[in-house]
Amino acid sequence: MGKRKERAVVLKQARIAPDIYDMWIDTALAVEAKPGQFINIYPKDKSTLLPRPISICEVDREKNRLRIVYRRAGKGTGEFSDYKEGESIDILGTLGNGFPLEKAKGKKCFLMGGGIGIPPILQLAKELQTAGSEEVNIVAGYRNSDLFLSEDLKQYGRLFVATEDGSAGSKGNVMNAIEENGLKGEVIFACGPMPMLRAIKKFAEENEIEAYISLEERMACGVGACLGCVCKTVHKDEHSQVNNARICTDGPVFDAKEVEI
Amino acid sequence: MAEGTKLNTQVTIAGVTFKNPVMTASGTFGSGMEYGEFVDLNKLGAIVTKGVANVPWPGNPTPRVAETYGGMLNAIGLQNPGIEVFIKRDLEFLKQFDTRVIVNICGKSVEDYVEVVERLSGEAVDMLEINVSCPNVKEGAIAFGQKADALYNITKEIKKKAKQPVIMKLSPNVTDITEMAKAAEAAGADALSMINTITGMKIDIHKRTFALANKTGGMSGPAIKPVAVRMVYQAANAVKIPIIGMGGITNGEDAIEFLLAGATAVSIGAMNFINPYTTEETIQEIEAYMRQYNIEDINDIIGTIK
Repeated sequence: MGKRKERAVVLKQARIAPDIYDMWIDTALAVEAKPGQFINIYPKDKSTLLPRPISICEVDREKNRLRIVYRRAGKGTGEFSDYKEGESIDILGTLGNGFPLEKAKGKKCFLMGGGIGIPPILQLAKELQTAGSEEVNIVAGYRNSDLFLSEDLKQYGRLFVATEDGSAGSKGNVMNAIEENGLKGEVIFACGPMPMLRAIKKFAEENEIEAYISLEERMACGVGACLGCVCKTVHKDEHSQVNNARICTDGPVFDAKEVEI
Repeated sequence: MAEGTKLNTQVTIAGVTFKNPVMTASGTFGSGMEYGEFVDLNKLGAIVTKGVANVPWPGNPTPRVAETYGGMLNAIGLQNPGIEVFIKRDLEFLKQFDTRVIVNICGKSVEDYVEVVERLSGEAVDMLEINVSCPNVKEGAIAFGQKADALYNITKEIKKKAKQPVIMKLSPNVTDITEMAKAAEAAGADALSMINTITGMKIDIHKRTFALANKTGGMSGPAIKPVAVRMVYQAANAVKIPIIGMGGITNGEDAIEFLLAGATAVSIGAMNFINPYTTEETIQEIEAYMRQYNIEDINDIIGTIK
């Protein structure tokens, strides 16, 4: 079907932690949605024109539903957080490449999410159940004991938690949780803040583990035209002919070895 | 207007006829590949491609874009794959569509521009648009667009070599736009396009940093439209060559405003990011306006507000 802009309907929304919102929307885009992909949501307030790229947290293909879990961070997401059941919203999707599930086959998988990078890990963990992975260990890093989505994540793998303030699980970040629990894996899938992704890239290289990381950048179009959201690549990118790849279309998930972050 | 009356939306610029006056603003539409999923590229008046230089340019560090009230800032830095790949891939792609192709050219020196102009001489390109007004590239570029004598000289050099009609894309970041328009016309430019983005800045007060890695960027979007309409009007009254107007156009009504001010055609820019169907919708809305006011020929309204 390809990418398209659609009118979706909010089915329900709840605040699940301070500034963290959990919304289910009704959209035909659900049929094609893959873990690690995102949708653009367009604010109705025309002073905030650009779409907000929001990662897909969960997919219900049978019922045409998508779940997004996002942080209220500014005017755009502030508007979204006020949406009530029945609200119509304009969305564009599905965008980006998603996590390469085929890399999980027969392997011990490490899923790592940090902060608002945790939501896409949920659908990934869910799909790894049927992707032939040997084992799924999930490491989620939070600021504090507001462990949003942790109950959901537990259903699809062994969950380890790290908190910055030490109020739950290991104190520190996902790397501390890995160390403390002596976790080992053969392939890493990760989404989270840049310092975490840098640490994972280093960890993966030192331990010779494959790692696929989901990157984030300020975006405008979301479809690969504006060249706003690029990341540095090790090799010359075929599209750009320079060492830049478009996070929105070539990513957001990249082989950690291929990007310079 | 009787139902079924055939409307004429064709406009002609420097001998090139466009099926309608709606184009894409350079840098907001790639070479059309990304937007072909949303709009029928055959329906567009022209596709104006992302600026291309003689060699690949890496562009600026990120963040390259930031939202502003009713608009946005960008400092992409003219990242482009270079003319050779552009010809093989982008121009080849565009050949399958029944639309006009305008190639936007960027460079750091007169020689850079001329090299690209000459390289395109035998290619399937309808017009050349010369970007002398990008605010995000440090050396060269903008200097050509902010001094009348420099603009005159580069236009003259390009005109000597160009096989296709030449559009000079003007910067709004000048004291007197008519002086720039006249300089380009005097040097033989076949048309003008305006406006490029307006230099701006945004500061993130929470992080206490610039929102863009480049510190400054070019502002576009609906917030700049009144500035663009004013400049198109001033330039249209100062020169005889046709003008392609742009700056914050979101729909057919905005497009009509530019035509009334004196633009022969218009381009959709930042709005492509907000609604990928804007170009096609604008064409339909222009036709709806023509029917509403019994305008059989779009040319009848161009520059009619004096």
